[in-house]
Amino acid sequence: MSLLDVKNLTLQFKTDEGLITAVDDVSFSLNKGEVLGLVGESGSGKSVTAKALMKLNASNVVYGDNSQITLNVEGQAVDVMALRRPRDLRVVRGGAISMIFQEPMASFAPAISIGKQMVEQLLIHTDLSKAQAKELSIEMLDRVGITEPATRFNQYAFEMSGGMRQRAMIAMALSTKPKLLIADEPTTALDVTIQAQVIDLMKDLVAEFQMGIIFITHDLGVVAQTADKVAVMYLGRIMEQGPVRDVIRTPAHAYTRGLLNALPKLDDLDAPLMPIPGDIPSPLERPSGCVFHPRNPELRPGSRYEVERPPLTEVRPGHFAALFPEDVAGES
Amino acid sequence: MSEPLIKTQDLRVEFPIGGGVFNRRVMTAVDGVSLEIPKGSFFGVVGESGSGKTTLGRALLNAVPIASGSAHYDDGELQLDLANMSPKELKAYRRRAQLIFQDPYAALSPRMTVRDIIAEPIEIMKLTKSRAETDDRVREIAAKCRLNLEHLRRFPHAFSGGQRQRISIARALACGPQFVVADEAVAALDVSIQADILNLLKSLQRDLGLTFMFISHDLSVVAHTCDHVAVMYRGKIVESAPTRELFANPRHAYTQKLLSAIPSLEIAD
Repeated sequence: MSLLDVKNLTLQFKTDEGLITAVDDVSFSLNKGEVLGLVGESGSGKSVTAKALMKLNASNVVYGDNSQITLNVEGQAVDVMALRRPRDLRVVRGGAISMIFQEPMASFAPAISIGKQMVEQLLIHTDLSKAQAKELSIEMLDRVGITEPATRFNQYAFEMSGGMRQRAMIAMALSTKPKLLIADEPTTALDVTIQAQVIDLMKDLVAEFQMGIIFITHDLGVVAQTADKVAVMYLGRIMEQGPVRDVIRTPAHAYTRGLLNALPKLDDLDAPLMPIPGDIPSPLERPSGCVFHPRNPELRPGSRYEVERPPLTEVRPGHFAALFPEDVAGES
Repeated sequence: MSEPLIKTQDLRVEFPIGGGVFNRRVMTAVDGVSLEIPKGSFFGVVGESGSGKTTLGRALLNAVPIASGSAHYDDGELQLDLANMSPKELKAYRRRAQLIFQDPYAALSPRMTVRDIIAEPIEIMKLTKSRAETDDRVREIAAKCRLNLEHLRRFPHAFSGGQRQRISIARALACGPQFVVADEAVAALDVSIQADILNLLKSLQRDLGLTFMFISHDLSVVAHTCDHVAVMYRGKIVESAPTRELFANPRHAYTQKLLSAIPSLEIAD
């Protein structure tokens, strides 16, 4: 049984200008000990998808009727969409699921010590006593590689460097022993050398705690180094998903190829940088058919993709792309 | 190699950090930097947060005071000692040296139309004689930056990040500068837009004969755009070499560390 099953997740926001579709019929699943990379540009719906797992989206959100999120913890299936009361939501918010945000400075309260914040959430989510919670917090700080954890425990967020703050954030997120960790661009605000340390740390922790991780990023290089499988999103749709090596080495969808071609590569300095043509359309003018068709340079005018929405078709075992079956056959 | 447009010798920038009148304490942000930026080149400066790369760029634009050392500008017509400029010289330098900012959302006034944003430097520097002439100039530079001319009457909120950065670039180039400092100009953009902006900067450099100082934390972006790279660490330039040489054969341990930390698309089997 997989740890997390998301089926037909559709999510819209009610705004003054009308209903805006942020996530459109997205399905994926995640096993224990597995890292799923969720990749896409700004506005692709990756963060909104992750927040939906904890029902953290703003109050003007409208979930589609068929949307299903099932979390399997300790033999019990939790229907996340059915959770309403704050007390029930605690099971997913900070209990079975923890989240790490992009900006570690904004995620810690500035006027409360790191230690107090770590203990506070442990008292809410576990049966530990205050003294045990403190002991565990210091142990976790040590575990993520923070030196002199007992001193750091009493410090405030501003006394730490960016990398250390992000480590403390990870220590706090993991201290409740979540079954699922959502990391939303956890390394984007960090320098490359610190980023490499945080990536290594997260890999070690997956191996040790056997939790599932959803790693949200716009950086395909980071995904290649961390994830087992990847889902590429564009305008709220999954364009391609599958094992990370297969997707990055042999991308089936034009959008994934576009992202890869736009990336500056260090092993070939002469390769031209190829931007994806066109701009991301306004959320109020959602393209018909395949949402990517207006920017897809590989399509001829009048193609099927302009009016019909392509299904996720299996390209290779476990590797799916939003293509019509006839294009998959010609692809390989 | 062509003549240097910018040449610095042992340049230092310091910021006071508390202390009294008698025990002045300073933090040295740029610590003895000597460099030459050849005319018409795309000169990259890389380093991590706090390495002093932004401060160096600002010092060369005379936006922070130079504590000691020298910095000279020479475009063939005008020679300036950047550490010692008269108000008149500074005015002349402002026309020739411009800055492109990192965040295209914060850099543009939400209450001005795109036309007014691009025209503002022209009007302040009184480079044109009539409004019609200003408009011509704005249209010319907007076209060079691949902006849709029908968009000139709109306000910045109507544009995406990539389009905003093109507006930012157009404004920086409106007064016809020789030297442009691009401080993390693509760091806030998505990869596909980043590629577009980098290509635009390169084509502008070629067409207008500009000299760029390209400040970035991203080595792979620098590798693809710059002719020459200087690596900064704690206020000092630890290594400086033509791009190909630096990436093929990094000499300094810090450069090697930076290079090995970049997440690669290659996945081990």
